[in-house]
Amino acid sequence: MGGVLVRPIILTVLIYLFLKFIVPTLPHSAPLPSSLIFLYLMLTTAGIVIFATLSGASKDAFFGPIFRFLTGESGGALSSARYLVLALFPLLVGWQTYGSTAFSDAPPAENRTIHPAPPGEYTGLSNPVPKTPDNIMYGKGLYASRCSPCHGNFDGKGFAAPGFTPPPANFKDPTTIAMLQESFLFWRIKKGGVGLPVEGMPWKSAMPRWELELSDEDIWKVIMGEYDGAGQKPRTWDESE
Amino acid sequence: MIHQGRKVTNQGSQLAGRAALLAGCAALLGVAGIPDLVLAQDSVAAQAPTAYRDLPFIGSRNLVWIIAQLHLLLAGFVLGVPIFAWLCEIVGWKSGDKRYDKLAKEFTKLLTSSYATTALFGGILLFLLIGFYPKLMAYLTDIFFPSFLVYCALFLVETATLYLYWYGWDAMAEGNGKKFHIFLGLLLNVFAFFIMIVPNSWATFQASPVVLAEGTDFERAWAATWNPTWWPVNVHRLIANVVLGGYICGAYAGIRYLSARSQEERYHYDWMGYVGNFIGVFGLLPLPFAGYWLMREIYQYNQQMGITLMGGFLSWLFILQAMLIGVLFLGSNYYFWLGITHRIPGSETQYRKPIMAMLIILLLCLAVWMTPHSLVASLAEAQQMGGTHHPLLGVFGVMSAKMTVANLMVLVTFMSFIMYWRAGKQDTAGWAKVAKAVIGAVLALAGIAVIVLGVWGYFVPAIIRINYFSTSQVGIVIFVMLTITPLTALLLKSAKTTTEMVWGRMPPRAGYALVLNAVMVILLMTLMGYARSSSRVHWHVYGVMRDSSQYAFSPALGYAAALMALNTFLFCMLVAFIFWVATMGDKAKASAAGAKGKAEPGGIPAMAGGSQTLDEAASDASVGHRPV
Repeated sequence: MGGVLVRPIILTVLIYLFLKFIVPTLPHSAPLPSSLIFLYLMLTTAGIVIFATLSGASKDAFFGPIFRFLTGESGGALSSARYLVLALFPLLVGWQTYGSTAFSDAPPAENRTIHPAPPGEYTGLSNPVPKTPDNIMYGKGLYASRCSPCHGNFDGKGFAAPGFTPPPANFKDPTTIAMLQESFLFWRIKKGGVGLPVEGMPWKSAMPRWELELSDEDIWKVIMGEYDGAGQKPRTWDESE
Repeated sequence: MIHQGRKVTNQGSQLAGRAALLAGCAALLGVAGIPDLVLAQDSVAAQAPTAYRDLPFIGSRNLVWIIAQLHLLLAGFVLGVPIFAWLCEIVGWKSGDKRYDKLAKEFTKLLTSSYATTALFGGILLFLLIGFYPKLMAYLTDIFFPSFLVYCALFLVETATLYLYWYGWDAMAEGNGKKFHIFLGLLLNVFAFFIMIVPNSWATFQASPVVLAEGTDFERAWAATWNPTWWPVNVHRLIANVVLGGYICGAYAGIRYLSARSQEERYHYDWMGYVGNFIGVFGLLPLPFAGYWLMREIYQYNQQMGITLMGGFLSWLFILQAMLIGVLFLGSNYYFWLGITHRIPGSETQYRKPIMAMLIILLLCLAVWMTPHSLVASLAEAQQMGGTHHPLLGVFGVMSAKMTVANLMVLVTFMSFIMYWRAGKQDTAGWAKVAKAVIGAVLALAGIAVIVLGVWGYFVPAIIRINYFSTSQVGIVIFVMLTITPLTALLLKSAKTTTEMVWGRMPPRAGYALVLNAVMVILLMTLMGYARSSSRVHWHVYGVMRDSSQYAFSPALGYAAALMALNTFLFCMLVAFIFWVATMGDKAKASAAGAKGKAEPGGIPAMAGGSQTLDEAASDASVGHRPV
């Protein structure tokens, strides 16, 4: 096998090892799902092929050993090794096909829409409660008694959080409530998990339907307390808000 | 002249023949469908006005989907090509380089061939819409009738102008005739622009309607036309049409290059492929910004629609979009790089490292762009991550990251072009070192500023990020382009050519890359067409007229993807057929000429956007081979 092929193979293996074993050990990280690792490895392969085929010489240097191996021109032990490939390749395809079609008790990969679109009646609503320190404190109080057992100190790490899959939302994460308008939170708090549309998988949310316990005004106050406590600001279309 | 006259007549009859053939097929389909239509009608239709009709097996929605998509793609091509055909003609006229004039004419030939088919599909679509959705069409007609009349008038003048522009090309080749011909080209583009924006008002009205309860017909039509998403869609489509036209012309050149039999043909189609790819890239650079503006307007217009698109069930389309745009960026850059390593002999070693650096940056950016916010994960994987958001890489899933990498990819692609432009030249100006240092500094600072703004975007309110940070990122990239392009042009004015650029020596994979780019851009348009249309969910006119047919549901993404692939395939087949018919005469002529003369072996040296002197020298040396 030509030396030109060794470097791309080593590079691909190194990237796989980095994604599989190094990334999870980084601070605030976790193991990557196989779908993402596959995506990144595909990009790596595409990059290798693009770079290897930039000129005629580099293309021949890259594909030459592969063609010579497959056609048996390389000679020696490699010549007989291609029979091994001939036998192993169909087995590999068969194993892959079996793996993807055979009966399994593992649940399918999840493709849940975390932030589905709210119903029309909730769009365009704005918080009718004045943003005063008293109202914010009142909202935080409600949050402490109703929400913090799961959502914790706005970081999704309440004492009950370990009991839920998926875990409660982390409001301090800039990719959660900071991306949403207050009316979205009003809908989610009021209607809870059961109010989610199908793509949001209502059966996967333990969020209570707070309209049964809280008035609309209290819900708006909770929202104000939530944004203030998490140090975030809601998405608006007016810079003065 | 007699020969030319005969050629024109032949082309006219070919055009009419094709239109008649396609119209015949459409009529046959219509006749075949009549019994089904009758059977599908509800028996109570006699008493109540019919709101919907259906077709068995394929379904009315699918048929309209296919025909509308084919019409839109053809229309995009037909409206995009005149822009750069006209610009090429102007370049040819101003520089006196007949190659540009020939290229402009070849672009226009493709346009003329496609024009009748576009109109034919438009007619079929109209009949289908009236037949399948009578209630909706009656409502839209009630609102837009004045603009229907305007559209008809525009179509008449556009057709007349196109015929004059195409058939008068040779008759108006010199002097004042040429000036008038260029004026016709301008008119063609002006009418084409209005032909695009009038129907855009109908489609955007369905998504973001403005309905006046009172007023004259004209006032109601005008209010409905000037709806919140009309101009964002107009701008986005205008740019996308240029991209589509450029890449399709590039693919046409790529296929002609692959099947070329003489060196003269290889030379011409290699050059045409380069121009097509350049036009595609030229349009591709501002396209993400236009798309961002459109999405911002949609989100601001209606939160539900915005979330459905960007965070709801349609958000996966944007991951697919990232993949397709990524392939397009990679494909376009790959073609530039192949141009450097194959058209400039001996340059491979010199440019290998910068190409590798640019490739790595592109791939890293693409990795970020393709990383979804909510990941596809098994239950065990989701438990390990603490949900479907990855705690570390989840930050790549939001707009701040996407905008940053999109800007960086645009910057890299721009630099790729600049590198291609400068390849094979040696700066001789005394201030060249300073200029190169300035270019390097501007580029480095711009890259850093784009990244800093992207990271900072996570820590400010969304409205600040959208209104200031994202627009600043775009502004920085535009500043880089506006600074480096004239600086490079000034540098090249006095540059010495060290290696001649040789056309017609690109490897076959360059031709395939051009075809791949065209397929990607067609897929992209089918994908985003579905996204735009589906964002209305169960409304014909959002919030005004509800879809109460049996198809008032959004198809599953897999099903939609299959239809998008089918539409792309059908469009490619249609375009291949049209171009095949359009170039039949050329091939016959080429065979006849080939029998008389013998093709020259080896490459023909020419310059790409470089030294005028060497260009002329090459022209003199190989005047017999240059396709003038």
